[in-house]
Amino acid sequence: MAAVRVRVPSLLFSYTNGVKLVEVEANTLGEVMAALERKFPGLAFRVIDEQHQIRPHMNVFLGEENVRDLDTPITTPIEVFIVGALSGG
Amino acid sequence: MTQPVAPAGANAWMIGTRKGAWAMKSNGRPHLSEPWFFGHQVHHVVQDTRNPGTLLAAVRTGHLGPTIYRSQDSGRAWTESAQPPKFRTKEEYVNSSFDADDLRRQGLTVDHVFFLAPGHATQPGVWFAGTSPIGLFRSDDDGVTWRGVEGFNDAPALSKWCYNFAPGTPDGPKCHSVQVDPVNPKRLLVGLSGGGLFLSDDLGATWRAINSGVAMDFSPPKEDGTEYEYGHDPHDAVIHPANPRRWYHQNHCGIYRLDWNDGAKEQRWKRIGNNMPKEVGDIGFPMTCHPKNPDTIWVVPMDGGTVWPRTSVEGKPAVFRSRDAGESWQRLDRGLPARAWHTVLRQAMAHNGGASLELIFGTTSGELWGSRDEGDSWQSLAMGLPKVMSVTSARLD
Repeated sequence: MAAVRVRVPSLLFSYTNGVKLVEVEANTLGEVMAALERKFPGLAFRVIDEQHQIRPHMNVFLGEENVRDLDTPITTPIEVFIVGALSGG
Repeated sequence: MTQPVAPAGANAWMIGTRKGAWAMKSNGRPHLSEPWFFGHQVHHVVQDTRNPGTLLAAVRTGHLGPTIYRSQDSGRAWTESAQPPKFRTKEEYVNSSFDADDLRRQGLTVDHVFFLAPGHATQPGVWFAGTSPIGLFRSDDDGVTWRGVEGFNDAPALSKWCYNFAPGTPDGPKCHSVQVDPVNPKRLLVGLSGGGLFLSDDLGATWRAINSGVAMDFSPPKEDGTEYEYGHDPHDAVIHPANPRRWYHQNHCGIYRLDWNDGAKEQRWKRIGNNMPKEVGDIGFPMTCHPKNPDTIWVVPMDGGTVWPRTSVEGKPAVFRSRDAGESWQRLDRGLPARAWHTVLRQAMAHNGGASLELIFGTTSGELWGSRDEGDSWQSLAMGLPKVMSVTSARLD
């Protein structure tokens, strides 16, 4: 398993009680989200819908790469950025 | 009209908007609370009429998707549902008998919860939720967890009834007007936009269309001369709480009444909107019924001509009331602006159920208008709110 530092956006502070940085260990992006869900129940469904897809207006970056496949492997220590996409009105 | 029965002793309105929800005490001078769920879209906030206290709110943000919050202290604290409404995964439909192009096979995702309704008085803790895309969900634990109503969400014909979940309406297809018969706890009525009205007499296990007599001007006449069985666009439907054999609904194609007749071969809607002034027409969103008098209803006509602006007809806002079950109508515009081009959405009109009945409606331009004389005159209650999407009454501490 690789060490992962997850940067949490303000959108999700209500789930993390304001925690901005979370450290987990995971082999895939899906495992990152599962670990976050264990720590902060309800958070994962705000990022991933019931069809296991990242919601259209959420972006998840592994380092600088925007990824949408939860099976994306994580083999080395890395930072994951969860951010809200530009949208609105 | 999304709440035929108001909570006993209602003293407040709950306003769902595009950017949050507000409570407004309705006794004395109107006073808006600080917002709940500020920045979130709030499609509906409803109090349990069986146990005034529990509030449920249908909430979504553009980024984070939909959920349901609940409060048991008049909105001071809210807790998110532990299991919000979710469709089945596409994997669960792999072996279904559905057509290959049935969208359920590709996996539906709840975009927003649109409608909340407490269950029957004999079923405490039961709630129903209608969603977009079209789905019907049920909670048996007072809104904490939700599951799909299988008889509806998994009905093989559902995709045919609702244009295969196509996003035909501007904000997405909706399951709305979830009505629980106050006498028969097994009878449920739901409205699908689009799709039509559907009735269950076994608490949601099986459903049948109930659209006879309803126009469908947006489809060509059937070649065999028969009516369409489904595919209609009801906007707002109600089973009258004082006479559950009397139903009303405002449709995309008119205003209708149904008087249930057990001996009839079919139940048939009558277009009471034909009695509206021709220059006004009978297109609109909300249908509001008097809580005790089954003959008294209110509608808010909108412009359904040319390109369907859906705003006040000729820019002259008015509510229309009938006191004889739609056989005649009175225009009620005293106190309303002489000119305005707002829209009153289907869930944005309500009454407080009181002996001295109060009415309220909210507009897409963020105004609230109230009446204490059953609509004879109207007063401005608030301005400057975000787009009003729903109004209900509540008894708040």
